Amino acid sequence: MNMSFADVMMQLFRQHLAVLPVLLPSFTAMLMLLIGDRDSLPRLRRIALVSVALGLMFALKLAMEADDDTLRVYRVGDWPAPFGIVLVIDRLSALMLVLTQAVALPVLFYASGGWDSHGRHFHALFQFQLMGLNGAFVTGDLFNLFVFFEVLLIASYVLLLHGQGRERFRVGVQYVAINLAASALFLIGIALIYATVGTLNMTDLAQRVPLVSGDDAVVLKAAALILLVVFGVKAAILPLHLWLPSTYAAASAPVAALFAIMTKVGVYSILRVHGVIFGADAGASALTVEPWLLPLALGTSALAVFGMLAAHTLPRMVAYMTVASVGTILAALGLFSEAAWSAALYYMAHSTLIIAALFLLVELVSAQRGDAADRLEAGPAVAQPALLGLLMLLAAASAAGLPPLPGFIGKLMVLQASSGHEAQTWVWTVVLLVGFLTLLGLARAGSVLFWSVRPEPGGSGTTAGASPRLVLATVSLIGAGVLMSVLAGPLKRYTDAAAVQLVDRRAYQEAVLGAVGAQTTQPYVFPRPASEGAQ
Amino acid sequence: MSLFANISMEFLVATGIGWVTACGVYLMLRGRSFPVVLGLTLLGYAVNIFIFVMGRLWSAAPPILGQGAVQADPLPQALVLTAIVIGFATTGFVIELALRSRAESGTDHVDGREPRA
Repeated sequence: MNMSFADVMMQLFRQHLAVLPVLLPSFTAMLMLLIGDRDSLPRLRRIALVSVALGLMFALKLAMEADDDTLRVYRVGDWPAPFGIVLVIDRLSALMLVLTQAVALPVLFYASGGWDSHGRHFHALFQFQLMGLNGAFVTGDLFNLFVFFEVLLIASYVLLLHGQGRERFRVGVQYVAINLAASALFLIGIALIYATVGTLNMTDLAQRVPLVSGDDAVVLKAAALILLVVFGVKAAILPLHLWLPSTYAAASAPVAALFAIMTKVGVYSILRVHGVIFGADAGASALTVEPWLLPLALGTSALAVFGMLAAHTLPRMVAYMTVASVGTILAALGLFSEAAWSAALYYMAHSTLIIAALFLLVELVSAQRGDAADRLEAGPAVAQPALLGLLMLLAAASAAGLPPLPGFIGKLMVLQASSGHEAQTWVWTVVLLVGFLTLLGLARAGSVLFWSVRPEPGGSGTTAGASPRLVLATVSLIGAGVLMSVLAGPLKRYTDAAAVQLVDRRAYQEAVLGAVGAQTTQPYVFPRPASEGAQ
Repeated sequence: MSLFANISMEFLVATGIGWVTACGVYLMLRGRSFPVVLGLTLLGYAVNIFIFVMGRLWSAAPPILGQGAVQADPLPQALVLTAIVIGFATTGFVIELALRSRAESGTDHVDGREPRA
């Protein structure tokens, strides 16, 4: 055996590629904590950018491999599933990884333009946040999903406070409290599922949930609905969305832009748990959330767009747009068909990129408006009206869904997928109305920002334009969004295949648990005669 | 025979968890940050015991195969350890955050300002 060092490394890389999206940010963050950030910020920025760019390449590689129908299963500690934790990378996971890294790279580039010096350990926390996000997207185990939720949440608690100030602490307390309560509910849901099904491996769950019937199925349904509440808090569904607008509006611009992907963790979990495990084939607990998901999602979308029209500041307006877009995505998930899921995935990728770009863009605009800052009122003229105005127009048109931008394609796919569904009228009405009102709100904002100029004695408020770095970061996010229109064909084929793959239980069972039909052992048979000492 | 002789352990544990949860939820809905933190902690305790008993209640059963006729389920015990560690860390963080918020805004109300009388 004469293997060169490069061969060995290559083999190791192939073998452990699935876990690298989690390990890379984790090690980067630890390295950064060792270096410290007192007087080595330029070095930290370089390390962070290289790490995130590498992460993007790994994610793209995984997506390309996932696209030829291979399910990459990584057994952590080499314990066989369902006993050990497995990471499973299918098309959906790979897509989410690419999306996370594609948002993170420009946002990090933007933050390196100055925001990261407003507080300590920004870069390390950013990496921990990425670790949590990537982990949540690759794990194949429900309890492990909870752990990665906590990792990303703890990082987000501190990132939200980045830059500090009274308003950030005020929303910080509320944000942490609501998420801790949601975490408690998550654990209750997981415990109920374990009590009735006896496993937490997602593939094993998909295989065993249909076998549960009778009283146990009622408990299981309750668990599914509790988990819907948990993921609903993360994704900001109708009654649980109230925390989001003030939180995202108070966060610093790059943090808010990164948080655009956090709501999608909730959406992803709903698809994995309620779409697949409690999907159409789940026996007595099939489609538990169907009566709830679609009406709530449409309501979220409609209510959020009115919130957007009523917003007085720019970040708050974009925050409401986040909620509105989540509503549209979840409405498509709630249709429970492969075509609709594919539409949801495409629209989710697009809306995440555009909303992240908008959070950055409104800060660029606000910085040039002197004392009017981010308030929606007449103010001093911006220094770069052509550039910023054009970017705003592109982002607004795409968010509202005007052709030929990807927002239009995404919404069209959602509308097409809903045809024939009994709620078709509702979906069409809400999606089209939300699109129109979004356009109205953004047109109003644009005309106030760029045309409603208050003449200042002695020239415009702030003469300095935005630095090329900040503009480049924003442009690349909007560019990535627009690129989705050019690549709509291949992307749609990918999301179509991802949606089809999700419902193919056999493939998952073969890949994760071994041969099809192999019964997984359940050594602890319930119910046993419990406390014998009770008599 | 006393009145309580026929009450099962399951009933006692379930009622206990319910009571602690109720107290936690009540405290969490208070307006000051200290009761809210206490409420979150209580809810955490209730949830931890809830996970623990999801493996069912056993007496004299070790969670190791081959050590006796019956085995307790070890998985909930492992899960609850993870949950305890995470809960401990987040509680520490939320206390520090509440203190900083108190210092920044001058009030311990969760809205960051005193409610108007």
